[in-house]
Formats: sequence, C-alpha cells, structure tokens
Amino acid sequence: MKKYLKLSVFVLSSIPFLLISYKIFFNKLGPEPIKEITHFTGEWTLIFICLTLSMSPLKRFTNSIVWVSFRRMLGLFVFFYATLHLLTYVGLDYRFDWSPILDDVVKKKYIFIGFAAWLLLLPLVITSSQKMVLMLKNNWKKLHRLIYVIAIFGSLHYIWLSKTIFFKPLIYFIIIFVLLALRIKFKNGKMNYG
Amino acid sequence: MKKIKYSEITPEKIYKNRRKFVKDLGLAAGSIFLSQNLITLANANIESEELKLTDYKYVTTYNNYYEFGTGKSDPVEKSQKFKTKPWDLVIDGEVEKPLKLSMEEIKTMFPSEERIYKLRCVEGWSMVIPWLGFPLNKILKKVSPTSKGKFVKFTSIFDPEQMFGQRFPILDWPYKEGLRIDEAMHDLTILVTGLYGKKLPNQNGSPLRLMVPWKYGFKSSKAIVNIKLVEKMPVSSWMKASPNEYGFYSNVNPTVDHPRWSQASERIIGGGIISPRIPTTMFNGYGDEVANLYTGMDLKKYFQ
Repeated sequence: MKKYLKLSVFVLSSIPFLLISYKIFFNKLGPEPIKEITHFTGEWTLIFICLTLSMSPLKRFTNSIVWVSFRRMLGLFVFFYATLHLLTYVGLDYRFDWSPILDDVVKKKYIFIGFAAWLLLLPLVITSSQKMVLMLKNNWKKLHRLIYVIAIFGSLHYIWLSKTIFFKPLIYFIIIFVLLALRIKFKNGKMNYG
Repeated sequence: MKKIKYSEITPEKIYKNRRKFVKDLGLAAGSIFLSQNLITLANANIESEELKLTDYKYVTTYNNYYEFGTGKSDPVEKSQKFKTKPWDLVIDGEVEKPLKLSMEEIKTMFPSEERIYKLRCVEGWSMVIPWLGFPLNKILKKVSPTSKGKFVKFTSIFDPEQMFGQRFPILDWPYKEGLRIDEAMHDLTILVTGLYGKKLPNQNGSPLRLMVPWKYGFKSSKAIVNIKLVEKMPVSSWMKASPNEYGFYSNVNPTVDHPRWSQASERIIGGGIISPRIPTTMFNGYGDEVANLYTGMDLKKYFQ
C-alpha cells in the first residue's frame, strides 16, 4: 500500500517536469520561453519546499505517520526543480557565460541568496540516503534543519526579484512563514496538535 | 565640469557593437520616412537577428500596462472593451497657446509616418517595432512653450471603471511620466498613433502614446490625455513607487545596473529558446543622435 502511495507521489511530482518538457518540445512557451522556463521551475521549487515542510505538520494534524515517508522524495524533488531552475539560468539564459553570471551572484542579492539556497541543498541531497541517516544519527536531524534556512532564502529570492511587491511572492512567504512557525510553537510545547 | 563622451564610459566591446547596430539601423535612427512598401526591403537588408521586426503577435500580446493588470497577457485580454472614442488631448501649462485637440484633429493636423524603433524594457527584453507616429515637437511648437517650460509632463487617462488595475494602489494613478524639454523636442521622440501600418491596439496604449527610443520602455506613456509644460522636474509614477530603482532620465545604459538585475544584456522577444541574449547598447543604439543632450552629465549619478 505504502509502496503504491509513494509511486503515486513520484508520478504526481513528475507532472510539472513533463508539462514543461512538452511545452518546450512543442514550442508552446510564448514570447519569452527562457523566462517562462525559469519562472516555472523556480515556482515549482518553492511549491516543493512548501510540500516538504508540510509533511511534519500534517503528521501532527492527522495523527498519521504516512506523510513522513514522502518527505525524502519531496525533498529530492526540491533539488531536482531547483537544479533545473539553476541550469536554465546558467545554461539556457546565459550560455555558460561565466563573467556576467558571477557578476550577478556577487552584486544582485536575489541571485546571491538563490544560489546560496541551492548550495545549501547539496549537503541534504548527499546525506539523504537511509545509510547516511543511520551514520549521522542525531547530527542528521540537525543538518536537515537547513531546509528551514533554504525555505526562507527561496522565498526572499522570489520577493527580491519582483518589480514591486506583488501578490504571489508574498503568498509563498506567508505559507513558508506559517509552516515554520508551526514548528517553533510545537517545540515549545505551547500547542497541542494531537 | 568634465565633459564625458559616452564612448568613454561604455566598454569598448559594447561600444563597437553599438556602432554596428546604429549603422545597420540607420533607417530607423535618422528619422527617415519609410513607406509601408519599403518595410520588406528594409528587412532584407537587416541581417542580424536583433534587427528583425518583432512579430505583430508578440508586439500585441506581450505588454506591460498595469492599468489592465500586472501580467504580460493582461493588457491584451482586459483592454479590448476600453473606449478610445471620444478622446481629447490637452496641451497646457507654461505655454502661450494652450490647446485642446480631439484625436480626429490630431490625426489630420499631424500625419503619421513610419518609424522602426527598438523598444528596450527595463526588465531586460526588447522588441523592434514599426510604429506610426509623428514627432512630439510638432505638437509642442503649436502651443509655443514659454521660457518657463523646462520639462514636459505626460499624464495618462484615469478611468478605474474601465481600467481595473487602477483600483489597486500598484502605482500612483494616473500614470505620470516626464521629459526634459530638449528631450521632448528631439526629432526621435514621437507620439504614436499606430503600429504595423494599423491603428494602435488598445493594449499598446491606444489612441495616443509616447515613444522615446533611447529610454527604457516605461518612459513611453500610454493613453495620454494631458501634456503639460512645467518649470520643475516632474515626479513620474515609477519614481514615486521606487525612487532608488527608477530615475527621471532612465536612459538605456548597459553600464548602470538596475539595483536588482544587470542591464548589460537583453533578450529579444520572439527569438525562441535558441536565440541568445544580445549586449545592450548605450542609449539603445541611438547615441549618435542623443548623446549630445547629456554632455557634461554624470550618467551614473543620473542613473537610468
């Protein structure tokens, strides 16, 4: 049963990738295709960050541990979409022309923080296997709290690149804020989700 | 004050490219009248990708016009019922003979000619568009600006009933923009009544918009109802919304970054996934015509 559930989560999580591949292949991306791919993969990265962060709260709310078993896969999809996002920017948009890219990373705070978020994902991906969980023991949990920092960086990345304060970046910021706030309160034992 | 030629403040590579660009684009830059029949001819001479006319489809479906929403496709979707008749333009302020003209009068008094200009958006993309319009100076000469008329303020229509975007405080409505008098009098500065040989579509700022090709796109106001000559530098809607990001001059300048993104290069709309970025040129390639307006000015200080 759990196996099928996991498979469905995998299939569902691949849909955005299939969708954008279809659009690229059939030239359905409109006037600014590269921007479209960049925004699409960026937004799905944020969505997967939110989904990953929702699993523990869902466990509390529903009293079911099934959610936690999706967490690793969802987390890996965060990395998958974030990497597509980064590759679109570096490869498709700037054709691996490193000097303007490095210039952007250093000078533009939204690119700096976005790149930093991607780098922070790396140790989480490397230590995502069951073997690593057992090896790192308590440190694993501490290390994987990095996702909180990554989530905040990700939402700031979106807010800072927007021309004025717009609706969508704020929505993601609020969702991430709430998801993180739920954890703080739970840890202090002030609220009971049982 | 030290005089700065913009060739000195532009990296050599970009400068050389610009020269080539201007040479190629001579037909557009020199304010030459170009008949409809000549467009194909002109196209044949344009070799590089960046000088191809942008598809009509993209010119009219990919727009920034926050009065109709902040999405790029909002203007085309939400402006079709916008009423552009009757339409009056008032030209007043520091002038000897203020004028109120209907669109019909404007069209008969100032016959439109075709101008192929590149439009560079501050967001980092560009289009090459065959506009129909006439030099703004023709209309300004009619009202005889006084010596106090040092700046020109453009006010767009305020109509939240028809423009749902104006119901939200995204910008200081109605949309306001401005030019210095010499910029406004420059032959390249035109009032636009159409594009691609047709009536100006609503989403592109019908019935009357501005086009200042060496400045970022937002300087070229749409749906203008008032042109006012003023003594002091007007504050534009974008300056008010974000003063450290949008300046009064807002000349296209690859060496001055937007605070949040680089302006060194741009994407050509409609180029598809394979088309690479092109380097942005000083004054959007119109430096030979307009650089002299800014001699002695520190273009980094008067950013954008």
